[in-house]
Amino acid sequence: MRKFTLLDGLVVPLDRANVDTDAIIPKQFLKSIKRAGFGPNLFDEWRYLDHGEPGMDPATRQPNPEFVLNFPRYRGASVLLARDNFGCGSSREHAPWALEDYGIRAIIAPSYADIFYNNCFKNGILPIVLDAAVVERLFRECEAAEGYRLSIDLEKQTVTTPGGEVLAFEVDGGRKHRLLNGLDDIGLTLLQADKIKAYEERRKQEAPWLFSGSQQ
Amino acid sequence: MSGLTLFQKLWDAHVVHVEADGTTLLYIDRHLVHEVTSPQAFEGLKLAQRTPRRVDAAIAVPDHNVPTTDRSQGIADPISRLQVETLDANCAEFGITEFKMDDIRQGIVHVIGPEEGLTLPGMTVVCGDSHTSTHGAFGALAFGIGTSEVEHVLATQCLWQKPSKTMLVKVEGTLGKGVTAKDIALAIIGEIGTAGGTGYALEFGGSAIRALSMEGRMTLCNMAIEAGARAGMVAVDQTTIDYVKGRPYSPRGAAWDQAVAWWNTLHSDADAAFDRVVELDAAKIEPQVTWGTSPEMVTTVGGRVPDPADAPSEVKRHDWTRALEYMGLQAGTPIAEIPVDKVFIGSCTNSRIEDLREAASVAKGRKVAPNVKLAMVVPGSGLVKQQAEVEGLDKIFVEAGFEWREPGCSMCLAMNADRLEPGERCASTSNRNFEGRQGQGGRTHLVSPAMAAAAACAGHFVDVRKE
Repeated sequence: MRKFTLLDGLVVPLDRANVDTDAIIPKQFLKSIKRAGFGPNLFDEWRYLDHGEPGMDPATRQPNPEFVLNFPRYRGASVLLARDNFGCGSSREHAPWALEDYGIRAIIAPSYADIFYNNCFKNGILPIVLDAAVVERLFRECEAAEGYRLSIDLEKQTVTTPGGEVLAFEVDGGRKHRLLNGLDDIGLTLLQADKIKAYEERRKQEAPWLFSGSQQ
Repeated sequence: MSGLTLFQKLWDAHVVHVEADGTTLLYIDRHLVHEVTSPQAFEGLKLAQRTPRRVDAAIAVPDHNVPTTDRSQGIADPISRLQVETLDANCAEFGITEFKMDDIRQGIVHVIGPEEGLTLPGMTVVCGDSHTSTHGAFGALAFGIGTSEVEHVLATQCLWQKPSKTMLVKVEGTLGKGVTAKDIALAIIGEIGTAGGTGYALEFGGSAIRALSMEGRMTLCNMAIEAGARAGMVAVDQTTIDYVKGRPYSPRGAAWDQAVAWWNTLHSDADAAFDRVVELDAAKIEPQVTWGTSPEMVTTVGGRVPDPADAPSEVKRHDWTRALEYMGLQAGTPIAEIPVDKVFIGSCTNSRIEDLREAASVAKGRKVAPNVKLAMVVPGSGLVKQQAEVEGLDKIFVEAGFEWREPGCSMCLAMNADRLEPGERCASTSNRNFEGRQGQGGRTHLVSPAMAAAAACAGHFVDVRKE
């Protein structure tokens, strides 16, 4: 996994609450058996006027000029500013894969859906929670100033505005450590292999039916 | 000191290791696998030269991409076909049991788990699918995970978790005639909102929940995720144990007695403390119909489409306005005057035998209205389909003008060929009314199976209690 340490990025504001993962990456693109290549179809149904299907050349598509990601001023954005309950709905990890593939490295919102929030950390994306009133202010600042950027420092857990204001955010210590170092979860878990084995041995005595493994 | 909640009991039984900050390595008993969220996980395993830790804990089934019409020619869409073939190949390579497309046991992953006794009380159950909350109906801790975690469970049989907060949703009293578990679920989401359960594990309790069948409890727990909660659960009681008994993968003999003794402890203690308690009066719950693009945008069948001017906040006003525009609805329109183009009875929420019986009882001797272009019934599994046919439900549906299909996820998310065309309006027994969920530009109204069948026959929403 890619590390996340510092980011100074252009901000794109997506002013909708309850943005679901079906909107982030529609179902027809979930048929892929690959982990990469979802970026061109991020927010497909909002981003294009024509209907998207897997395998279409993005260059031949009709972009929706009214969708914020298509505004020239937001081209190259790496910070997504969002509203409450971002990423609700389906558990599809294709949602963070699409965001990451498009170039989004951090999200700022008042709240996230649990599964999506968790999935972000597995893909080098930092989902930052800030108070709703602060997010509202960032929306206004971002929409008012073309080229609006935010600086994010994961180690210090701060977001710095162009005006020099420093906003602190909370993040779970374990997740922070893994993101800062780009660590592979499975490798870390396997360090506990003895404990997993001991648990299994105990459970085989207590609850043998959980290990019978086949039709009874 | 107060007693333990069901969540705490399930959690405590699965702790492998706890880090200093409380992050816990939790053991996973059952891993359900489907074709959409697993290929990249298997690929990751192979790239790292790892193998599954316990193939006996995993079970796989293709459900999202499978056709619900004639399967003798396989899957027409080559991309869908490749995804299902990839699941077949991965299961064959690693030795994971799979109910393939031509197996009578094939069906929606959240239907076949309980049906086969693969889901048992006291288990931790995960799947790369948010509706894994369904399995909590058995007094299990069940939740959806992403593909990275699918790979993690395959490799380690564990997940890193932090304990959730707990919420008791207590529904006391008796449901009115024609009011079902789906209506309870939608009423709860209407009450607490689509993010009301974020960060919580929900436990559904109270006399109205205890009176529900296992099918009803599964419908309710299925929708926990639509309230934002990864997990929903119901305490084990005799209804649970009776359902589990004799299923193909359920324990037998001495192991059964040992299991039941433990399962009987799987309820929240009388003095358990919850972080939040929400109470609903069952008698006051009416048949529900969603009007917008989030499950929380819901009202009663006797209600009207709300006016964004009445929204409780600026953000909500904005959302409601946008939702009405997408749904092609005017504020103030009575719900019962909204016509439907298609009707979908199916999905992991409402495709079990009881759901089909409920819908058939409404459709019996009636005809699908002429303005309804398609009314389809998609059983949750091959075994549900078989049982329905034994009971003659298929004939009732077909005589009324419904299509009787093969099992799968179908038009709940329209990954296969079943979908809404732009602008089409659907009465659907599924779980999500998001923009584009059932097909780009499609308009979804979530209802119970009885309400969907009634809408199919009337051509518009109608109060099933008056039918």
